[in-house]
Formats: sequence, structure tokens, C-alpha cells
Amino acid sequence: MTNKGTPLVEMRDISISFGGIKAVDHVTIDLYPGEVVGLLGHNGAGKSTLIKCLSGAYQMDSGEIFINGDKAEIRSPRDARSYNIETIYQTLALADNLDAASNLFLGRELVGPGGFLNDIAMEAETRKIMGRLNPNFRKFNVPVSALSGGQRQSVAIARAVYFNAKILIMDEPTAALGPHETQMVAELIAELKKQGLGIFLIEHDIHAVMELCDRAVVMKNGQRVGTVNVGDVTDDDILGMIILGKKPPQAY
Amino acid sequence: MSSSQNTHAGVTSGPVTRFLKATEIDTRLLGMIGALLLIWVGFHLFGVFFKGSGSFLTPRNLWNLSVQTASIGIMACGMVLVIVTRHIDLSVGSVLGFCAMVMGIVQARILPEFLGLGHPLIWVITALVGMALGAAIGAFHGWLVAYRGIPAFIVTLGGLLVWRGFAFLLARGETISPLDSTFSLLGGGPYGAIGATGSWIVALIACAAILWMLWNGRRTRALHDFPQRPVWAEGVLAALGCGLVIGATLLVNAYPWPKGIVRQYAAANNIELTEAGLFISHGWAIPVLILMGVGVVMTVISTRTRFGRYVFAMGGNPDAAELSGINTKWMTVKIFAVMGFLTGLSSVVASARLNSATNALGTLDELYVIAAAVIGGTSLAGGVGTIYGAIIGALVMQSLQTGMVLIGFDAALQNIVVGSVLVLAVWLDIVYRKRAK
Repeated sequence: MTNKGTPLVEMRDISISFGGIKAVDHVTIDLYPGEVVGLLGHNGAGKSTLIKCLSGAYQMDSGEIFINGDKAEIRSPRDARSYNIETIYQTLALADNLDAASNLFLGRELVGPGGFLNDIAMEAETRKIMGRLNPNFRKFNVPVSALSGGQRQSVAIARAVYFNAKILIMDEPTAALGPHETQMVAELIAELKKQGLGIFLIEHDIHAVMELCDRAVVMKNGQRVGTVNVGDVTDDDILGMIILGKKPPQAY
Repeated sequence: MSSSQNTHAGVTSGPVTRFLKATEIDTRLLGMIGALLLIWVGFHLFGVFFKGSGSFLTPRNLWNLSVQTASIGIMACGMVLVIVTRHIDLSVGSVLGFCAMVMGIVQARILPEFLGLGHPLIWVITALVGMALGAAIGAFHGWLVAYRGIPAFIVTLGGLLVWRGFAFLLARGETISPLDSTFSLLGGGPYGAIGATGSWIVALIACAAILWMLWNGRRTRALHDFPQRPVWAEGVLAALGCGLVIGATLLVNAYPWPKGIVRQYAAANNIELTEAGLFISHGWAIPVLILMGVGVVMTVISTRTRFGRYVFAMGGNPDAAELSGINTKWMTVKIFAVMGFLTGLSSVVASARLNSATNALGTLDELYVIAAAVIGGTSLAGGVGTIYGAIIGALVMQSLQTGMVLIGFDAALQNIVVGSVLVLAVWLDIVYRKRAK
């Protein structure tokens, strides 16, 4: 695919270290509208850390982030949200004691006159979006701790999708899901892509990457091994990058 | 929440279950009220059988019980927020004592110099000073916890010692008494209650509020086409709520002023006393009204505002709260400040009730407050708790103590019973929650 014009996101020369260990070492990646970029690598390669600099959970030591060509200051999750960056964390980041609607609107509650929470309106909106994402979802009035893994996942996804995200970060969105729900997530990614969102997908499953992503960035030991157009390479090329850090000729 | 687990296995839609489902009454609340009634009736019958007459279920005792519950109850409302966010505050008793000493000095030594003794503004300024001081101390504790990363247990354990020490140093251990006469009304007593007419006005407002809440609930549900409670269930709820308010008001109005006070009052107002004397009702005590006000406001804050929602989100999953853009550190400061504010308010009530400020005021209160919150269903693991539960918890604690005093248990035995009840209550709660899952 050809990417022209201004990238939606450009993370330039990002570094972050924890206690002397360089978790991310001068990494540069970009993302265009309507594109899915896969982030691959071993556990501890620095994928999640890199992406948390974009979602505001971590603050990078050095480097710059550009959103639509403009320099962005992201110091907290709240800043990230103001740039329409939404994240689905591997841990889902749900408050287990609250119900689906409270989680979906957490930090962005709908309030009525006097600044009081409008729980009924929030539940109604939640019913609407869940009806689209997961029509079988019925458990609106119980804490999310009572939900299955797939149901919890759909709450987390609904939260990211509901607020008109432009940039979506998904950290292993299918890790806890069965085959049926995995297929559902794949369809959702395709649909969001069509709507022009840019998606960073952190994924261990090479087949999922080959199927869902346009480009793939491989990281190893905090450094970027290379970036490839998924259409130009084979599974083995990517595996070689992940395991050996070997850069195939198509990579850049 | 489903309540079907609470009836006998196999009976899925018995009348009790259907009733609970339709009215959406919290079964846990019912359990607590049941326990409370059991304690009350138990102590009364103990008196009847072993002392010749029961003195627990009398207007006089229940009225006193309500006044005695106020101080702990007010603080327990704040402790719910603290414990829900997985923190603890061990310093409330000492902070209460410190605030009381400061207020004692302000109203008895400083303000009379500028305003003159008995000036009508003294009690207002004093109470505001106490609450502001409590809030400031709480905010300071919260800052140490949130921005300096010191565990709340340690910060407030230190506070427990520090503030008690300061309370002593302020007046070198002297007791300051009497306090401003208007100020001491905030602690209850015959003059610190609002009388029969005032009580009925309060009851009327409370009943109107209950009906409005039920009606408003129906209206908003209808707006979004959500399922409604059956009309009969709404009727039952309205009758229960208003019945409780009216019953309690009848009770506090049934407790007359003592004869001596009536004579004093009659002499002061040139009223001719007949042979039978005058029946002047106490009505609702001011500290109890303060507790109810705090309960309502804190319930609204914890269930209907963003602040409250964030408190519970932080308790359920601190990381998720942080990632949702909630400023959890600032929230922690605010939560401890609310706790401190309520401690200051409680200090007003406690010192006004004694009509004096002593440096020992509030000793061990932190334990009763934490116990009240925990008995009321607040989970130390965080994320779970209700304001009304904590108030009922405070009432349970106070009922046990009052009851044991009435039947003549000595202090050692009282401690044994209260401690055992705390452990038992938490164990029952754990069993209940396991079954409810």
C-alpha cells in the first residue's frame, strides 16, 4: 500500500528506560489513516512500552510525537484522549466492581443538570453500542467481574470505539478470546479501518498479523528491527525478524 | 442485583423472592436491619427477664442512642470513601481531639476577647474553624499518601500520635469548659433538639423527598423505555419509607423533657405549671439531624457524582482509573480532605455534647469508625461500600455498647463483645458475598 501525505501518528526517535535498562531505544514508527500497523516482537521487546508512551501511561525520556503533523504533548492518558487516541489494554483496564456502562464512560461520564451523573442515559447509550458490537450482551446491571472474558473484552472495545477514536491502540485484543469472538474482533478491525481509523495492533500471532495488518514493525531488545509491508513478505521472513533480528531485503 | 439465592434452594419464585425482586430492596440492608432489631429486642428482653423491666426499647433510650451514634456515624460516612479506595485512616480520633481543643480555645478564649462573651457569631466561626482545620489536616494526610507515596496506614498511624500530642500541648492538658452556649446546642440535650412541631416539619420534608425520588425514578426510566417496578412495589416502598420516618418522629416526640428542665423553662418563660407538669417533647436532636444531612449528602456524592464514581473506580482497579484519565493522586487528597472535614464536623458534635473540650476526646474513635464502616459492608479490599450501611453499622456498634451498659456489663466484657461482633459481622459478610456470587 502506498502511504502519502501526513501520517496520522509519527513517533520519532522515542527512548525510555527503566532503572538503566533501555526498554525502548530510539525507535521511530508511523501510522496512516485507514491503516493497521502490527507491532511484533518477543515478550520484553518493548512493544507495549513504546505504545504506552502514545497512550499516555508512560512518559518517554526523549523523542517526539506528531499527530497529523503537529507536535503533540502527551503526558497523561487524559492528554492522549484529547488527541482521540483510544487504547484497549491487554489487561482491559476495567474497574471490576462497576457495571458495563460505568466502565464505558469512566472518566467521561454523561452528566445531567447540576452535574449529577445521568446513569440512565449512559446505560441507554451502552445498550446501543453493545447491540452493534456484541448483540448477545445482556448483563448491563451487574459488575463486570461477573462477565466472561469475551464479554469483558467487548466492553473494553466498546469504550475505545464509542468516543470517535481516530487512533486506536489494541494490545493483544484476542489473547483471551475464543475463535468466534476472535473472528468478531477481526471483522471489527476491518470495519474501523474502512472508517479511516489508524490502528496499532500489538500481536503475537503471526497469522493474525498477516491477515489483519497492512504493515508490521518488528522490535527486539528495545530496538526496531525493521518495518515491512505485510503483502511483500512471508511468515518466515517475519519470524526471522522476531527471533533472529534478521532484516529481509524488503524491510526498511 | 439478583436476590434469588437468598431463599431456600429450589424455590425460585416464592413470594419473598418476588417481593424482593420487584421492590429492588438490597437483601444485605435487610439483614443488617434484622441484626439491629435482634440486638434491640435482645437487650430489652434481657432487661425484662433479669432486671425486672426492659429499658432498651424506650423513647428515652432510643433517643439517647441516636445522639450517641451521631459522632461516630458522621465520621463513618467519610471512612467509607477512604476504605473503598483501599486506604485507611487511623488518625480520626486524634484529629477529632485536636480540632475540639482548637475550637475550645477559639470559642472560650480568643473570640470572646474580640466579640464579647455570648456573641451570636461565636458558634458559627468556631464550627467553621473546626471543619476547615479538619479538612486541612485530612488534605495534608492525603498529600503525603498520594504525592509522597507513604502508605495511608503509616501516615495516619503517625497522625494518631502527632495530633493527640498537639491536642495535649495546646492547653497543657487542661479541659476547656464550659463552651459557648449556642455551640453546645449542636451536641443535643433538651435545648439541642428541635421540638415536636419542628420534628413534624422535618418528617414532612423527608416524606416528600421519598415520594419525589420514587416518582422521579419512574419518570427517568420511562424516558428511556426501561422496565418499571410494578406500581404495588412502588407503593410498598413509599409506605415503608414514609412509615419509618413517621414512626421515628413519633418516637422522638414521645420522649419528654425531664421535670427539672421543664421547671427551669417554665420559670424562665413565666408559665404556670400544673400538677401534672408540662409535656414538652424533645423531638429530633440537632446532632442526629446533622448526621442525617451528612448521610444524604454523602450518599448523593458517592452515587450520583463523578467524584463518587471515581472513588469506586479507584477502589475496584486503581490502574484502570489512572488509565481512564482520572487524576487519582488529586482524588486521594480530596478523599482524605472529605474525611478530615467530617472529622471536624464530628468534633463539633462531640465537644458540644460534652460542653467541654478535653485532649482525650475521641480516643479509640478511629477503631469504632472503621468497625462501623466494615460492619456496614465496606470491604477492606476496596471498591465496595455504602453510606447508609456505615450509618447502620455505627448504630449497631452504639446499640451494643448502650445495651451492655444498661444491663450492667463491665468495660472489659463490653470490649470482648464488641470485638467479637466485629469479627463475626465480617465473617458473615464474606459468607454472604460468596453465596451471592
